[in-house]
Amino acid sequence: MLSPEERQEIEGEFGHYPDKRALSIDAMRIVQRHRGWVSDDALKDISEILEVPVSELDSVATFYNLIFRKPVGRHVIMVCDSISCWVMGYDRLRDHLTGHLGIKMGETTADGRFTLLPIVCLGTCDHAPAMMVDNDLHRDLDAEKIDGILEQYK
Amino acid sequence: MEKVLTKDVPADGSAFDLRTYERAGGYQGVRKALKMAPKEVVEVIKQSGLRGRGGAGFPTGLKWSFVPTGTDAPHPKYLCCNADEMEPGTFKDRLLMESTPHQLIEGMICAARAIEADVAYIFLRGEYVLSAERLTKALTEAYEHNYLGKNILGSGFSLEMHLHLSGGRYMCGEETGLLNALEGKRANPRTKPPFPQISGLFGKPTIVQNVETLCNIHHIINNGPEWFKGLSKSADGGTKLYGASGKVKRPGLWELPMGTTVREILEEHAGGMREGLRFRGLLPGGASTDFLVEEHLDVKMDFTEVQKVGSRMGTGTMIVMDDRTCPVGFCKNLEHFFAQESCGWCTPCWSGLSWAEKMLGSIEDGEGQEADLERLAYICKFCAPGNTFCALAPGAVEPLQSALKYFREDFERHIHEKRCPWR
Ligand SMILES: Cc1cc2nc3c(=O)[nH]c(=O)nc-3n(C[C@H](O)[C@H](O)[C@H](O)COP(=O)(O)O)c2cc1C
Ligand code: SF4
Ligand code: FES
Repeated sequence: MLSPEERQEIEGEFGHYPDKRALSIDAMRIVQRHRGWVSDDALKDISEILEVPVSELDSVATFYNLIFRKPVGRHVIMVCDSISCWVMGYDRLRDHLTGHLGIKMGETTADGRFTLLPIVCLGTCDHAPAMMVDNDLHRDLDAEKIDGILEQYK
Repeated sequence: MEKVLTKDVPADGSAFDLRTYERAGGYQGVRKALKMAPKEVVEVIKQSGLRGRGGAGFPTGLKWSFVPTGTDAPHPKYLCCNADEMEPGTFKDRLLMESTPHQLIEGMICAARAIEADVAYIFLRGEYVLSAERLTKALTEAYEHNYLGKNILGSGFSLEMHLHLSGGRYMCGEETGLLNALEGKRANPRTKPPFPQISGLFGKPTIVQNVETLCNIHHIINNGPEWFKGLSKSADGGTKLYGASGKVKRPGLWELPMGTTVREILEEHAGGMREGLRFRGLLPGGASTDFLVEEHLDVKMDFTEVQKVGSRMGTGTMIVMDDRTCPVGFCKNLEHFFAQESCGWCTPCWSGLSWAEKMLGSIEDGEGQEADLERLAYICKFCAPGNTFCALAPGAVEPLQSALKYFREDFERHIHEKRCPWR
């Protein structure tokens, strides 16, 4: 069941568009902000609020990179694997992260602390290589810096 | 050298609040535009020769003139700001939104006035968290001071403006894909015609315009088309945000006169290559442009001149390749991105690009065959403009087809030596 806050936030956006269906992505983003991912149950509730079939919502959800249909860790690490970051050492960064966390790209650590994902160009190519942890952008990275950064996320 | 778009970028990385922005001359463009007839605003932008900064360089005033206006025009009409910025190697709009959010809002109000739009959306990339925060604050301020909302400054003109955060997919940046995304659908492109100017968002007349383009509008209204043309060193008017990334000494972003040469940007502003490295080539404006090499360094970076030498200025943020970076690996990284982001509608795109990625991977691993180079060229041919629904596929093969031309011997070495010479 969606919480009253989630409902309220979704309904608060109704006026932004001429039809409710347009809120599909916003609604899923709102739910995800509250609980980290979008479950089948959440999708059903959104479907009722927006009057859009679940199957349609699901086809939208799977199209977009930032909507998670599976649980993720407490913190999501998104490492830029696009061209400028690749030139500046993405491979080393990825190997360091996977080694340090003991997981592969796309996986979550056993303690549920981190999920590691690739992401496309974060628009900060002049400070490559870069990654985002949750909402924080980290730039000009190297292996040493990364260990210190991960320490900030418990 | 006059700075226009970055003049009000605070040195400490913050953004001006409304009062500070107004004290620096902000929102004068809106006041002026509201006193002009919408057609006059379109005319001024037409005369300025402003070309869209989202990559394709289409003349902005001309695009606006296709929107039906007057008492018979359908309403609501929409203005959409394309702030998706997902093209690898592109990092210009982020700066404008993080440091001068009011500048974007002001430009959008003036553009909305020109096409008599009722509602405007800023379609923002979901990862741009700081941009979202600052734009949200600036929108609240603008509403509080009646730059937005009903009867703006008593002019009779009304405009609602909303921020939309994307779910993330490169196709959302494509004009009609963006409209589908805003309607809560998958960001597949739409068939044209009808063009969005006639039937766009929710079936109503719509203009989609890049962030940097919109940030220019009120300056042109304030200072006139001749002033705008005079800022430039070439036929395409204005200034341009140019950037460089890769192993140059000072990667960064600079506002310079349109038509500044590639050499000046690379050598003076970016400081040239890092110690011990040589320049091999660069993509002038994002991942979907053709390589330029040594012989092109004196080309002026504008829409017309870069096209003359077989590439595109694109977004003007160049990605530099040095002599220790493998051109095959470079192309593989690019094609991986495009294959992954293909929306899957057209066979040459969804099937061709992932095939290209696989072939580049096997060449890199020393398992390529001579015939692979012909196969890659074949994929490039089938992804040419006109063969696919949108410009993703033609853009995707631009770096590859030019790499096959300029760095062919590197591809051949991989095949003959059965290994990557850079590993
Ligand atoms: C796959 C694809 C992605 C695009 N992404 C963007 C983008 O992120 N931002 C942008 O302004 N234009 C993007 N464009 C170009 C837009 O389709 C459109 O031309 C542009 O927003 C028009 O604005 P302008 O005239 O101000 O340049 C993209 C085009 C394609 C084919
Ligand atoms: S070219 Fe590619 S991205 Fe564009 S419509 Fe076709 S399949 Fe989709
Ligand atoms: S390529 Fe990584 S931030 Fe642009």
